[in-house]
This record gives sequence, structure tokens and C-alpha cells, in this order.
Amino acid sequence: MTAAPLIDAPRSPRKRNRTRSRTNFELYAWMFMRLSGLLLVVLVLGHLFIMNILDGGVHRLGFAFVAGRWASPFWQVWDLSMLWLAQLHGTNGMRVIINDYAQRDGTRFWLKMLLYTASTLVLLTGTLVIFTFDPNIS
Amino acid sequence: MPSAAPTSRRPAGTLYRGREGMWSWVAHRVTGVLIFFFLFVHVLDTALVRVSPEAYNAVIEAYKNPVMNVMEVGLVGAVLYHALNGLRVIAVDFWERGPRLQKQMLWAILAIWLVVMVPGTYFMVARTVADLFGSN
Repeated sequence: MTAAPLIDAPRSPRKRNRTRSRTNFELYAWMFMRLSGLLLVVLVLGHLFIMNILDGGVHRLGFAFVAGRWASPFWQVWDLSMLWLAQLHGTNGMRVIINDYAQRDGTRFWLKMLLYTASTLVLLTGTLVIFTFDPNIS
Repeated sequence: MPSAAPTSRRPAGTLYRGREGMWSWVAHRVTGVLIFFFLFVHVLDTALVRVSPEAYNAVIEAYKNPVMNVMEVGLVGAVLYHALNGLRVIAVDFWERGPRLQKQMLWAILAIWLVVMVPGTYFMVARTVADLFGSN
């Protein structure tokens, strides 16, 4: 008589800890900080080099300068990408800082609500400005 | 009664607290918060191009004044540190030799920061210095 093959008894499913999040949000946020950071190194340092250092820096800036740049789709895409990546990167950074330092649940909640409200308004305003810019506005 | 553990100036199990690793992290947070608030202001000042050329030019004129010029150098310095240290953090996280070389990488990025900021500061303040102290 041959021995029956040994089969492990079925294991009970791992118990879910109710207080733990079901999603991997923090992992994705962590990864987003690094990926957006890499892109922002190019976008923001390029922006600062052109605006603040090259060819007289801030002294040549004005409405005409902006109109000249945003005539080109290249700079529109550059500025729009920079706006979204920087605002999301900054908002997530502030979220982490609030979570670290605000001790009371209520304080943490309301500070983050204030942060998300302000960030959304700034992001929408900036996006609207890039998309609706009119060089002939009077 | 057990004798007290020997006191050491170094926290147990880590060399992190109070050293290069911690201070670079503190500076990363501080510069990050400063940049975040500037970004907030900067999107709103740029939004004035949607109001009128005069309104936008008026606020840009404020950026050309000498006091703002000093803050401009501070902003560029803060962004450059945050960018370079961010690259260092990525190297610590993803490069197998990163954690062991974190201190050396900090001194390397500080050297790069200085090498970029010296000429950078010159180009940013040259006009202001000429306007304030120039002979003509």
C-alpha cells in the first residue's frame, strides 16, 4: 500500500486589521514623491535658470515676456506639468508634515482640509490661467 | 538593583540622530515648506496676467526691488538644496551603496550647491548692485 501524499491543512485567511488601510496609498504617495521629484529637478531648475539667472534674470520679466513664452505649446506644456507636479508634490509633503506634528485628531483633520482646499483652488486657478491666457487682454 | 546602563553620547543602535542624516532631513523639510508657500504666492501672482498687463507688471516690479532680490537668492538656494538632497534621498532608497555613502553624498551635494550658487548669486544680484552702488 502506498502512503498518501502529505497535504498541508488549509490555513485560515489572514485576519484583516480594521485600523489598517486597505489600500497602498502611502506606497504610491512615497513613489510619487520620488518620480515627480526627478521630473521637477529638470522642470523647476530649468525654470529658475531661465527666469532668474539667464540674460538679466527677473529684470526682463513682464507681461510681454509671458505672452512671448506662452505663444509656444512647448512652454505651455512645461509650465502646466510643472504646476501640477509641484503642487501635488508640495501638498503631499505638507500632508506628511501635518501627520507628523499635529497631535490631536481634530487638528490634523482640519489642517489637512485647509491644505487640500487651498491646493485645489491654486491648482485650478493656475490651470485656468494657462489654458485661457489672452495676449491681447486690455 | 541593576546598575544604570553606561551612558553614551551616541544614541543606541543608530548614528542617525543629530548627525548629517538628521540635519539634511530637517533642512529638506524646512526648504520644502518654504518652497510650498512661495509656490502658492507665485501661482497667484502669475494669475494676474488674466486680470491685466498693468496688474501683472506691477506685481513683477515688486520682485525687482533689492529686498526681494535677496529673498530671490534665498529661494533659489532653497530649491537647489531641496532638488540635490532629493536626488540623494533617491540614491539612498534605490542604490545599493546609497545608505553607506549617505554622508559622503551629502557633502558632495553641498559642494555642488556652493559651486552653482556662487556664480548664480552673481548673476541674480549683479543688476541690483549696479543700480544701488553703480557710478552712473
